[in-house]
This record gives sequence, structure tokens and C-alpha cells, in this order.
Amino acid sequence: MRKFTLVLGLLTGAAVGAPTLQQAAAQEQIYVPLLTYRTGPFAGSGIPIADGMRDYLEMLNQRDGGIGGVKIAIEECETGYDTKKGVECYEAVKSKNPVIMNPYSTGITLQLIPRASIDKIPILSMAYGLSASADGTTFPWIFNPPVTYWDGASVMVSYMAHQLGGFDKLKGKKLGLIHLDAPYGKEPIPLLQDLSKRYGFELKLYPVPAADMQNQSGIWLGVRRDRPDFIYNQGFGAMNPTAVKEALRNNFPIDKLVGVWWAGGDDDARAGGAEAKGYKSLNFHQAGTNFPVIQDILKHVADKNLSKVDNRNRIGENLYNRGVYNSMLIAEAVRNAQKLTGKKVVTGEDVRRGLESLNISEQRLKEMGMEGFAAPVQVSCSDHNGHNKVFMAEWDGGKYVKASDWMAPLKDEVRPLIDSAAKEYAAGNSGWPKRAEACDKAT
Amino acid sequence: MFYREAGQFKTTYASDMAVFPILQDRIGLACILLIGFVGIPLLSGTFFLQTVMIPFLVFSLAAIGLNILTGYTGLLSLGSGAFMGVGAYACYKLTTIYPDVNIVIWILASGFFAAGIGVVFGLPSLRIKGFYLIVATLAAQFFLQWSFVRIPWLYNYNASGAIEVPQRLLAGIPLTGANATPVTRYLVLLAIVTFLTWIASNLVHGRIGRSWMAVRDMDIAAELMGIRLLPAKLLAFAVSSFYCGVAGACMMFLWYGGGEANDAFNINQSFIILFMVIIGGLGSLIGSFLGAAFISVLPTALKFGLPALGIAIPGTVAEHATYILLGALIIFFLIVEPHGLARLWQIGKQKLRMWPFPY
Repeated sequence: MRKFTLVLGLLTGAAVGAPTLQQAAAQEQIYVPLLTYRTGPFAGSGIPIADGMRDYLEMLNQRDGGIGGVKIAIEECETGYDTKKGVECYEAVKSKNPVIMNPYSTGITLQLIPRASIDKIPILSMAYGLSASADGTTFPWIFNPPVTYWDGASVMVSYMAHQLGGFDKLKGKKLGLIHLDAPYGKEPIPLLQDLSKRYGFELKLYPVPAADMQNQSGIWLGVRRDRPDFIYNQGFGAMNPTAVKEALRNNFPIDKLVGVWWAGGDDDARAGGAEAKGYKSLNFHQAGTNFPVIQDILKHVADKNLSKVDNRNRIGENLYNRGVYNSMLIAEAVRNAQKLTGKKVVTGEDVRRGLESLNISEQRLKEMGMEGFAAPVQVSCSDHNGHNKVFMAEWDGGKYVKASDWMAPLKDEVRPLIDSAAKEYAAGNSGWPKRAEACDKAT
Repeated sequence: MFYREAGQFKTTYASDMAVFPILQDRIGLACILLIGFVGIPLLSGTFFLQTVMIPFLVFSLAAIGLNILTGYTGLLSLGSGAFMGVGAYACYKLTTIYPDVNIVIWILASGFFAAGIGVVFGLPSLRIKGFYLIVATLAAQFFLQWSFVRIPWLYNYNASGAIEVPQRLLAGIPLTGANATPVTRYLVLLAIVTFLTWIASNLVHGRIGRSWMAVRDMDIAAELMGIRLLPAKLLAFAVSSFYCGVAGACMMFLWYGGGEANDAFNINQSFIILFMVIIGGLGSLIGSFLGAAFISVLPTALKFGLPALGIAIPGTVAEHATYILLGALIIFFLIVEPHGLARLWQIGKQKLRMWPFPY
């Protein structure tokens, strides 16, 4: 009966191999696979992100005929936020010469990091993945702009200081960290511990086990007992709306609850009803449709029924716009690569160079119809993150609005952590390649 | 016709007791091994090896492990995912502490750590059976998974909180890490699985296997016949966990190339392996392979096979269709043949034997 498996497998293998041949015929395109999760327990956040990513690229195809005159071949592969399926997707798209990979899951990113330099496909893990991969000297093929989780946590501390009236006022205050009890959730802890020692505030940890995301009553009893002044939420999926609801139920002042950017879904805040007004979340792009770029998407994609969104009103939601932002980085990297190499059809190696010299200025944002939508982003050969500015988005009962100025992360605190984590990673993975890729000057 | 054993005389006790008494079976097995070791590596691409064959072999090994416990000894367990985790973390610790020792040795040795933990959690099996034992093994699952996340020593205090598989060489060729080709990993994995299947086959066909089956069929009767229950049951736990542990180490080092317990060794994994064993056939080694093929290969085949055959379905639809189809097939198989795919194979073999003159 292993023969049966074999035949089945051979059929699959042959079948999967076949499209590669067709692909070769259509040369004049840039293949951008999108690993998305529209199914599974995290589909709630996965669907708007997938829609946003897809629609921006589709808009470029419709409005400009692609990037630099070359059409973008967009293909989604469903991961269900499952690492095994994600890696399957990677293996499936790898043969079609993708210019960039978007794993859209920390687990999948961790799997792909060692393979990127061998397969010569750059990885863009936008504000997720391995924070240490911000070190371009150790990880020439991995990019995680615009910010890392450590940057986010440092902004949380400076925001708290700002609210209290200065860093000297932090002494004796309590910051609670409610986090998913998994590597993603635990990531801010070392930085917050360092900062708590430096500024004398107390750090209280509230781990939420992955199995208990929707059952946090016990954890919030601890919050009631400790009475923290602020709570930072490094949560994901069903954990976020539950945290908002529990905060309201336990009379925790909702405006003192701040989520990381992945805790900023419209559905996360909506769960709390009208009382959730004031819930905050860090962000690096604006929500809403009042930007020329989103209007273009409405005009060139939604009006032509090319979007996959189930309801037009969902265009402009926070996570939808995050997908747009993600695809903007992809498109800019490809554009940059075309400029650097002079080629129209670029390869993964070219796009790696394009990402490394990415410099999206105010001027460029304005050209793209993104003035005020996002802050400038700059990446360099040694710094693959940029530690760019973020702001505090506030839920006004129906949408997220900008509630603070752009705040810069405490880069001096974050960078040493990144350098040492990157060194550890390279030391732990014996045989980790030394950077051999040349460095391009920023354009 | 195909299985006509006319003319195959058994002249010794040894040949009468052989695992494969019929010549055609032995030829078939040789063919399968030949295809596995030579045909597949030569003919298939990396996608097929990486997403079909390697997962299939890893799950087969885990299913054999659970089958020894559940199928042969009759002890239900929901801890196989966690025992796989013990193997993976043990192998990671061993290879980072002693990097010069051959990784294949560590993969096999990590099974002993899983066996040790398995014995500890198997102790209640002397007093409890059935659903109560499930609860005890469930405790193992939760406790071990908690440990993998909460004890940073186990993952060498990595900032990512995950196992990061370093590069290790086998005869100068990279076997683990990103530089290892799927062919190398596949061949080593296939060799491990073949070797361990051979050991398992000898175990279950010998004295130990008979004592396990006696315990499964009626433990009081087994005790009266002189089988000591505690050693028999604990040995089943140890051997089962050993197989699961090696499967877990193979999963991390030869398939995933790094990963994290919440993701890879959660309760879902335990359920999936239990389904493989039930659908494949309890108390059958070939059933373990069939069950693993059914559960691990079918979703991949549906997701990537159908669109490539021209049936264009979006990923989301394929994903949902997989769940529906898999569920329907499970129910279908359990109604048609409650003893699993292995029994189906046996019936088929019997039919082939009579064909074309059934009586």
C-alpha cells in the first residue's frame, strides 16, 4: 500500500511541476507570492490583511500596468497560520522564481530564515518574525521594517513617561504586560526588564497560555490585585478582543490599555462595544479611506469587482491598510531593484538589493498618495529594520484615529539587544554563512 | 493468481513462522524498498520529497510508536505529541552540548529520553485503563508542552524561543540545517524508519509482542498466564515513547529544521497521530504507514494536486474542502471497514489470492 502513496505522490509531484513549464512562457512578469491565512483560528485578522496586500498590488496592475511597466503576477497560498502548511506553500512557490517572500507568521518566518540565503529569495517579515533579523550583517536576506517588537515596547515606555510627565515620573509606577505565552508574546520581556531597572518602574507579567486565549478571567483577577498604571498587550488572535472585554469587565481604565500593532484589529476593539472607546494600539500607518492611495484602490480595484473583500466598507480598516502598507514595501523594493539594476524583470537577488537600499521619503510617500498615511522608512545594509516611528492609534467607537504624534523608538536601548541576539543566533547555528553580499548605496 | 502460493512449501519451522511467508510479499517489499531508496530520490523533485515523503515518513514513525501502545497493548494515549517533543528537545540539547557526535546517533539516542519520560507517565497505566488513562496521558501532554515553553534551558535561551537546528554533517555532507538537501535528509530518514520498522516488526512478532497482545485482550488472563503486567505495560510505554521521540527528533532536524513546541508538539499533533493509528488500523504496522499516508499526504495532494490538474480552486476553498473531504472519508472508511485501512489491504490481498476463481 506504500505503492498507493507513491503513485498518489508521484501524481501530485508531476502535477505541481507542470505549471512551472507554463510559467516559463510568460517571461514579462514579476512573480510575487503572498502567503495568507483566510482560514483557521486566526482568519479574523488574516482576511483583511490578505485583502489589503492583494488589492494594492492589483491596483498597481490596473492603474500603472504593474511596476515599471511589468505586470505583477500575484498568487496567494493559503497557510491557515500553520507552520507546516506555510512551509509547503514555500516549497510550492519556490520553483516559480518569486522575487520576495511574505510569510505572514512568525513560525513560518523562523523556518524560512535559514533557507533564504540558499534559495536567494529575500524575506520581508513586516514588523513580525525574528527581531534579531534587523541585523543586516548577520541576516543579509531578511528584512523586518518598519519596527521590531522591542521598538514597540520601548515606545510604550516612552508613551507612559510622556503621559505621566517625564521619565523621572516612572519611578514606582507599575506597567503590566499581558502577553501570549509563546515566543511571540514573550519577546518584549527582556527589553521591558532592562527599562524597568533603568527607570525604576515595576514590571508585572500576565502570561496567557495559547489554549486559554478566550479564558482570561483568572489573569484579570491578578490585574485587579496589582492595579498596574498601564497595561501593554502583546497578544494575537482571539486573545485581543477577550482582553478588551475583560478590561472593561474589571473596570480597568480602557485608555490605559495599549496593544501592540497586531492587537489593533477593528474587530479586537469592536468586541468591547461602545465602552471600548479609548482603547489604544501602536501603529505605523493610518486607518481609513481618506488617502489618495486607498481612493485609487476603491476606483481601480473595488469598482471593477477585482477585490476579494466581502464588503466594500471593510476597505480602509486598520488591518486592511496594514496589508496595503506591506504591499507598498514590496512594490517599492521591486521598483528600487529595477532602478539599481536597470532591468525590468528583476530576480530575488535584485530585490534583496532593492530592499537594502530602500529609502521612502516624505516626497515619495506623497507621490504614492500616502502623505500622512505612513512615516518615512529607511533601511540600510547593517540595519534591516530602520527602527522607524510609530504612533498611538485610538479606537473612537467606530474606527481607529491617530491619537499621538509620531514617536521614535528608544533605538539606543534596542540596538544592543538586536546585536547580541543576532550574534547568539549565528553562534548557535554553526555553519551560519558570513555576509558575502555587497552593499549598495542608498538611492 | 497474483498471490498463488502453490509450490511454496514450508520445510522448516522458521519458514513457517516468517513474517512474510509468501514469496510474492517478499518480492513486493523488496520492490517498495528499491523504489524508496533508489527510485524516489532519482525521479522526484524537492517539492515532492520535502512536502510529501519526509512528512509521511516522520508521521509513520510516530504512528508506529502509538500503535505499539494503543494497537498492540490496548493502552490509549493522547501524549504522543508531547513525547515527540521530548525527543526533539533532547536531540537539540544533546547536539548543542556535544556537537562532535554524529547527529544520527543523537537522533536515535533522543528516543531513550522520551522513553524515560514515557515510563514515568505510564506508571498510572497499571491502575487505570481506557478513558482514565487518556486523562493521565493528557496530563503528560499539557505538562510537557508547558515545560517546553517555560524552561528556557531546553531551547538554549534563544530569543526566538524555538529550536534552531544547527548544521551537522554526515560523512562530510550536510544533513541538518539549511544547506542539507532534501535528498540527503530523505535518505537518512528512510534508513532510520526502515531500521526501526524492522525492529518493531521483530518486537511485535516475538515474545514481547505476544505478551503485549495478551495484556490488550484481557489483562487478568494474561496475568494468570504468568505475564507480569507492570513490566509489560511499562515496556510498551517505553518502546512507544522511544519511537515517538525519534519521530519528534526527525521532525525537527530532518523536516522542519527548527521550530517551537506550541506549534509543533501541541495537543492537535497527538490527536492527528491517534487518528492515523485508528484509520490505518490498530495493531498493524502496515496500518501505521497507511494511516500516516492518508492523514498527512491527502491534504497536500488536494491542495496542490487539484489546481495543478486543471481544477482551479482557490486556496481557501481547497483548505475547507480538505476538511470536509477528510471528514467524509474518515466516516466512510470507519463504516465500510472499522478495522482500518490495514484490514482493507488484507481483504484485498485475500481476494487477489483467489482471483480469478473465488469460492
